[in-house]
Amino acid sequence: MRRVVVTGLGMVTPLGSGVEHTWSRLIAGDSGAGPITTFETSDLACRIACTVPLGDGGDGTFNPDAWMEPKEQRKVDPFIVFAMAAAGQALDDSGWHPKSYEDQCATGVMIGSGIGGIGGIYDASVTLKDKGPRRISPFFIPGRIINMASGQVSIAHGLKGPNSAVVTACSTGTHAIGDAARLIMLGDADVMVAGGAESPVDRLSIAGFAACRALSTGFNDTPTKASRPYDKARDGFVMGEGAGVVVLEEYEHAKARGAKIYAEVVGYGMSGDAYHITSPSPDGDGAFRCMTAAVKRAGIDPGAIDYINAHGTSTPMGDELELRAVERLLGASAAGIAMSSTKSAVGHLLGAAGAIEAIFSILTIRDGVIPPTLNLDDPSVETALDLVPHEAKRKRVDIALSNSFGFGGTNASLVVRRVA
Amino acid sequence: MSDIAERVKKIVVEHLGVEPEKVVEGANFIDDLGADSLDTVELVMAFEEEFNVEIPDDAAETIQTVGDAVKFLEKNSAA
Repeated sequence: MRRVVVTGLGMVTPLGSGVEHTWSRLIAGDSGAGPITTFETSDLACRIACTVPLGDGGDGTFNPDAWMEPKEQRKVDPFIVFAMAAAGQALDDSGWHPKSYEDQCATGVMIGSGIGGIGGIYDASVTLKDKGPRRISPFFIPGRIINMASGQVSIAHGLKGPNSAVVTACSTGTHAIGDAARLIMLGDADVMVAGGAESPVDRLSIAGFAACRALSTGFNDTPTKASRPYDKARDGFVMGEGAGVVVLEEYEHAKARGAKIYAEVVGYGMSGDAYHITSPSPDGDGAFRCMTAAVKRAGIDPGAIDYINAHGTSTPMGDELELRAVERLLGASAAGIAMSSTKSAVGHLLGAAGAIEAIFSILTIRDGVIPPTLNLDDPSVETALDLVPHEAKRKRVDIALSNSFGFGGTNASLVVRRVA
Repeated sequence: MSDIAERVKKIVVEHLGVEPEKVVEGANFIDDLGADSLDTVELVMAFEEEFNVEIPDDAAETIQTVGDAVKFLEKNSAA
């Protein structure tokens, strides 16, 4: 099959807009968590989140007007605006702006979301109840449905190749990149703009995830301490928002135009737990099979992995199950292999999580720096793995693995590798 | 310009994101102001809300310019 490389990166995260800004703050150990200020939280069990810093675009703030006209923003939920920004950044970074009909048809989009425009659905429901159906906007549906992130990006950039969207909860971003890479491998496209976007910081989403007992509730007064994967005091995840998008490209296509190549997507694995709607399988079997499939596809020995970006959401059960599954995968070679959870800094971006974490994994290869797991004061389990507590660490990385596991027992892993 | 015309202009500027000076009586929403069919549906809804009036679908179809909207609302709105 054809080889697929990454030639462009883009992201909007709670640490800022743009890959370099987010990455430097991540390495510095900054947290994007804070109190929720945009809606009433006094009756919610969780009153904190990691939200995107809005501003004029200076100092890494996110200026939505730079990526979508204000009159268009008004018609869509923020996940679409985040996707437009991350995709625009990634295409600029890649230098791929197809103009010919052939190039446009060879370039597709696959940007997913876990829940899409839930905030807008909530608002329209209130309008329907209070004012009736004649007050529902014609933009209500096209501004909320998940595939409209891919749709809007394709319209803005003239990308006429495969246009699709993944919806696999917290595995969305990883599945989107893996599925898009497969389309290139099989020859359906030469270039794919792939990733995930999410805007779930609203009263309804917080109430819903809190009801699932998935969110942290014990750190409302110390939000930057709340996301603490593997730590004894962890009590749930912290909601995040934003988007991550990569430009994937067939290797010869990228080489021929002299594109900058970050890494190669060499492995992609998927599995289903077939166990429970929200709880991971207690034996970690789904996670293990998914990683095993990705490693097998990559054609590497598990011990060759230098860095693992964990799913590690900071929930009491999930973190340890993943850790045990990773230990099982690595066997005797687990000792000293670095595995960190960047959700400790940016929170859990649900459908965007896998995409930004794939980008972080790629950047460890580029820069030889491993981002830390914040707030890991007192690990709840003993492990031979290096969980990179508190501070970033210098280490050469040639091969990185990124994991995502979602509600419904949907699992995905990616393996990215340095291109010599 | 009448009070109704001023309010219509404000809504059009807001919803279509166009320069106020382009919103003249003869301006066609689609041909001159860049609206698509969904924009015109939303514009009519905004007029209904602002002027507390119901604009039936067959009447809405005849509202194609700024002037059409002002005329319809001057005739049918109580507010």
